[in-house]
Amino acid sequence: MEDMLFYDRMQFAFTITFHYLFPQLTMGLSLMIVYFKWRFLRTKIDKYNDAAKFWMKIFALNFAMGVVTGIPMEFQFGTNWAKFSELTGGIIGQTLAMEGMFSFFLESSFLGLFLFGEKLMGQKLHFLTGFLVFLGSWASGYLIIATHSWMQYPVGYEILENGKFVLTNFGALFSNPWLMPAFLHNQMGSVITSSFVVASIGAFYLLNNKHSEFGKLFVKTGVIFGLISSILVAFPTGDWAAKNVAKHQPVTFAAMEGIFETEDGGAEIILIGQPDVENKKLDNKIAVPNVLSFLTYQRWDAEIKGLNEFDESVYPTNIPGLYYSYHIMVGLGTIFIGLLLIAGIQLYRKKLYTTKWVLWTLMFMLPFPYIANTAGWYTAELGRQPWLVYNLLRTADGISPTVSSGNTLFTLLGFIGLYALLGLLFIMLAVKIIHKGPETTKHI
Amino acid sequence: MELLWYIILMTMLTIYVILDGYDFGAGIIHLFFAKTEKDKKAVTNAIGPFWDANEVWLIAVGGVLFFAFPTLYASSFSGFYLPLMMILWLLIFRAIGLELRGQIKNRMWEAIWDKAFGIASLLLALFFGIALGNIVRGVNLGMVTDGVSAHEPHFFFLPLWNSSFSPHAEHLGVIDWFTLMLGLVGVVSLAIHGANWIIFKTNSDLNPKLKKVIFNLNFVLLALVIISLSTWHIIDPNPFRNFMEHPWLIIFPLITFTGLFGLFKVKSFKKDGLGFLFSTLFLLGGLASTVASIFPKVLPSTNDVNPSLTLYNVAAHDYGLSVGVYWFVIAALLVAVYMFVQYRVFRGKMDDVGYGDH
Repeated sequence: MEDMLFYDRMQFAFTITFHYLFPQLTMGLSLMIVYFKWRFLRTKIDKYNDAAKFWMKIFALNFAMGVVTGIPMEFQFGTNWAKFSELTGGIIGQTLAMEGMFSFFLESSFLGLFLFGEKLMGQKLHFLTGFLVFLGSWASGYLIIATHSWMQYPVGYEILENGKFVLTNFGALFSNPWLMPAFLHNQMGSVITSSFVVASIGAFYLLNNKHSEFGKLFVKTGVIFGLISSILVAFPTGDWAAKNVAKHQPVTFAAMEGIFETEDGGAEIILIGQPDVENKKLDNKIAVPNVLSFLTYQRWDAEIKGLNEFDESVYPTNIPGLYYSYHIMVGLGTIFIGLLLIAGIQLYRKKLYTTKWVLWTLMFMLPFPYIANTAGWYTAELGRQPWLVYNLLRTADGISPTVSSGNTLFTLLGFIGLYALLGLLFIMLAVKIIHKGPETTKHI
Repeated sequence: MELLWYIILMTMLTIYVILDGYDFGAGIIHLFFAKTEKDKKAVTNAIGPFWDANEVWLIAVGGVLFFAFPTLYASSFSGFYLPLMMILWLLIFRAIGLELRGQIKNRMWEAIWDKAFGIASLLLALFFGIALGNIVRGVNLGMVTDGVSAHEPHFFFLPLWNSSFSPHAEHLGVIDWFTLMLGLVGVVSLAIHGANWIIFKTNSDLNPKLKKVIFNLNFVLLALVIISLSTWHIIDPNPFRNFMEHPWLIIFPLITFTGLFGLFKVKSFKKDGLGFLFSTLFLLGGLASTVASIFPKVLPSTNDVNPSLTLYNVAAHDYGLSVGVYWFVIAALLVAVYMFVQYRVFRGKMDDVGYGDH
């Protein structure tokens, strides 16, 4: 039983982590491609359309990877989490079915037109198809996070005698107070990833003295989109989401902030330190007094409950993992704002394209927004443990009762092998596209 | 309300099989009959802009199953764990075969992804046929041994096969001779369907040859259908019960045979779309007849201890199902618009669409 739970969790964690590397880029990148297309429509300068075409190639490759790794996600609710699906399907099935019907059809129908139909349709319609692809991908994010929000903060339900959750209020799924902050926070995270990818490749072209015109455009666009989104991801969206955790999941909040003991006169914010769960203390900590109280409740002396106030049976299962995920996300987010502020100032002073160290740093930042987004999702998911539906259904009670641990390990190994292959192919082809670079329209 | 959602779900499933079915079929034709680069291009051009949207129907079917019939979704997806995982892997191979082939101009690279696409398509057709066989044959719900359930009455688990390959074993496997036979029906009927699509959507040099292929495969299909029907009583002693009680249901077998016999005239069709119409009728009628034969069961039980799953004992609660109708109607109208736009832009012959030329 322990093994079954372990492998079911490993498989879901592995497949979702890998999957989300792709949608986080496509959601943000679709916005930026729509921006490039819009600039082209307004200015008729070919550079913008060529930029859009170049990023569409990267987008198409990412999208394909997102689709093929996304289908297993929907299947796995039933294959590995059958009890959970049976008990809650009447509720989370709503939002998941809506995702399929409203966003996947929209995306897939118009992606084909967007990729192959520019000549057939003319520029305005082509822009429209691009916009619809963007709309579809954000709608998908919205409905997934509506599902996620119900698991974090269940609303609009009733539990029958046989343990089944039934929906009693459809509207509540969408007015869930968890939903909007989580959705906006996530989308901003996604725009950060695409901004850094665009800026990073732009910096690469500039430093390499290749495609310099595009290099400048990419760096500039990436820095501006990145600066706006990295500020919005922290405030108001991140702040709002964290307050939800403090309010509705206080034990999770204590664990992710690393607060073992309730402190009189206000809680400190921990910047660095290693949680020692066995002895209930934090080693080597660097902290700023009272700041956490202020950030959470706008009062320097507000009380933040420490882990000591809760029963161990409701502790998040993996406190160090949760703590590190949260701190990695917040730490990287802070670095993003700092770096992009510097880049933004240099851009304003018209010195960005010649400030080598900033370009080098931007180029090497490529993996970090992926790490930050992944760490953010680990914070949300590890923070919900040991529950599938917060406070109502334990993770251990949601697995498929008849699928043995051996069978799950078999498929987990299969996924690891297959995704390693996919990852290699993706990198190979992405490098090829980047190496070839954008092509300029030739007017005859 | 359950019945309405059952009809919606079955309609969506049929649409999925008809649409993605031609993709699988095109893959099978690609594997066995497309020898030259030109032929291969014709095949991939015919399905290129569509296959991705077609596959979305599978996701949508999964979503609606999850939402409207959560117990069936939970029971069947965990019970058919291994074959479903393999279907997922095959779908991945088919997709990357199609999408990555054109990314690098190199013979070896192309050969690898041609085979990945073709073999994955062939195995998917086989697996979907086998899946249908498993649903009509039923499973050992609750995993009963000697009259005692090892699990809750709606859960089960099936290995890929048991050593007897018999649909009568107490502990069944996914693959036995009966389900394998339906798997072959899947392969042959979808190969015909895919060939018809290629004839419909291209002016390829392959088309005259494909007409012969369809004609010959149609004999194989007829033989398989006759054998299936004459052995059906082995898995269900009274398979035509529903048709006797509700004679109007006979329309479905009639549609099936119209499609099947119509295709014997394939060589003399003047319009290229006609063949596709007949293979569509065969698939539509065949699926509807099969599903109607076990109605209202959705997964029969092979033991006497636990009752079969029916559309009534696996459905979600009434309020959720009623609310769902509102958003579903809106979504379905939108999907109809998208499909109209998509098939309008890519209407007619597709030889010049240049799919895969990145």
